Amino acid sequence: MKIAVVDPQPERADVIEAGLREAGYRDIHRIAEMPGLLERLSELAPDVILIDLENPSRDVLEQMFEVSRLVSRPIAMFVDESDMSMIEAAVEAGVGAYVVDGMKKERIKAILATAITRFNTFSRLQSELQATKAALSERKVIDRAKGILMKAKGLSEEEAYALLRKTAMGQSRKLSEIAQSVVTAAEMLS
Amino acid sequence: MSRHHARIGFIPLVDAAVLVAARELDFAAAEGVDLELCRESSWSNIRDKVAFGLFEGAHMLAPMPIAMRLGLGSVAHDAVAPFVLNVNGNAISVSRELAEAMGGTRPAPGPAATLQALAALAAGVRALHRRRGVPLTFGVPFPFSCHAYELRHCLAHAGLETGSEVEVVVVPPPLMVDALRAGKLDGFCVGEPWNSVAVDADLAEIVLPGARVWQFAPEKVLGLRQEWAESNQDTLFALLRALHKAAVWADRPENHVTLSEILAREAYLDLPAEVIERALNGRLTMSPDGRQGHFEDFLVLQRKAATFPWRSFALWIYAQMVRAGQVGHSPARLAAVRQVFRPDLYRAALGPAGVDLPGASEKVEGALTGETPVASRAGKLFLGPDGFFDGTVFDPNGLEDYLAAAGATGRGLLGSR
Repeated sequence: MKIAVVDPQPERADVIEAGLREAGYRDIHRIAEMPGLLERLSELAPDVILIDLENPSRDVLEQMFEVSRLVSRPIAMFVDESDMSMIEAAVEAGVGAYVVDGMKKERIKAILATAITRFNTFSRLQSELQATKAALSERKVIDRAKGILMKAKGLSEEEAYALLRKTAMGQSRKLSEIAQSVVTAAEMLS
Repeated sequence: MSRHHARIGFIPLVDAAVLVAARELDFAAAEGVDLELCRESSWSNIRDKVAFGLFEGAHMLAPMPIAMRLGLGSVAHDAVAPFVLNVNGNAISVSRELAEAMGGTRPAPGPAATLQALAALAAGVRALHRRRGVPLTFGVPFPFSCHAYELRHCLAHAGLETGSEVEVVVVPPPLMVDALRAGKLDGFCVGEPWNSVAVDADLAEIVLPGARVWQFAPEKVLGLRQEWAESNQDTLFALLRALHKAAVWADRPENHVTLSEILAREAYLDLPAEVIERALNGRLTMSPDGRQGHFEDFLVLQRKAATFPWRSFALWIYAQMVRAGQVGHSPARLAAVRQVFRPDLYRAALGPAGVDLPGASEKVEGALTGETPVASRAGKLFLGPDGFFDGTVFDPNGLEDYLAAAGATGRGLLGSR
């Protein structure tokens, strides 16, 4: 079973490839470059192609169906409507799959299930990473604002924090927004 | 209070204008439709999400619902198109290297302009082909698109051989400019704003607006699943009324500044409004040195019954699919194609709303050399001009003759790839 993973994002391709290997697939090929995509695929002649649904190069793959002699005629993931829940899961996870005609449905499902799980794992990792980054930068801004208030008004750290909180509550804004205003104002006045 | 909800997919292009106006100017809300517009990154996604009911409908290339019905490129689905979102709006552009080999792209005035441009294109392609020894590459956005058929028609007319002298490949529009920059493309046929973006990036010159190839070509349609369209007629009709009002508004020149500002927003095209406005006004910057071109019907959103889903449009598209070798002609397929464009739904939705409707549902394409009054309910409808640059006439009742004639001239085959 030859599987091609078309993904310009190496981090996600890593996650997908690792998942497929864990599931026992060995013949996995990664394509990161979009120019020359069709040539690469017709050389490879994979049984299954996995692609991110947000990748506009999905339309390039459609050219393969235009002329069936180019590669053995693959069919889109959306083979029939009998398994809507899997189709929905795939769309939600953002996985597109192309499968060579004639392959057993159970085999397709196994691969697709792995790909869906891995795509979801990757987006969860991404959003965790973003949340952590955002939290860290917010904390930094709050620390800087506290420092500015302590220096300017001779407050203790607790008092500076209490003042930021009180102002944020009074204006129904986020603590980090008030802190950012303090930092910006201090930068302008310095 | 909205009684209806519709999720409609779109690709960020200037010709999503009517859908965007329907939502942003509250034409949809006024008809009780909560219109949710979902931006998509590929035509394949659009097709699949409509086919599987994740969207109620979408901004589709006019050939897409036909390809869906015939099962080309995916499993067959019964798609219908009851409303045309725009007529025209494409252009053929070439790289600066090819423009130079053509001896410039400045068009001659008058009706011979297209023929002259194509003769120059052929000379330029051959000159570069001699130098390189490999075919030149032209990009189109999708295999089933009027861009592909218009470009192939032009290349065939210019006597260029697909496969040996030129190749036509699919390149997603947002990647066209990069492909040109990387030297992977020598030209393309694409919708706006991508021609203008390439000109502004100093990479391309516009050779021919689509309107100079066929003066009245269907471009995008509202594509839906037949099953949904028939079982949700109240919602569909309310949506069509909203789209009609949005199209009337969007087609008026005095609204183009506002419309281009709205389309420029991050949720839609996320590009400068000035670039978007060029297509709406038909005032294009043709080359990086700033040469201007004015084309009256560059993009038609409503006038001349532009939103009417003429069945003959679908039949013309089917004929191009056959010419391009994408599908073999059969009476059963022809019958299936006749079910796709739905003037009956258009009439049922917009007739009671007082919209002037043409008397016929099919017409001979390419027969009108000027603006011509036609039979309509209120008697105030003008159509045309709708000529093809090469004088072709397409009679929807003579499809077999058209295909035979196209084959006999040797210019009929659009090249299989």
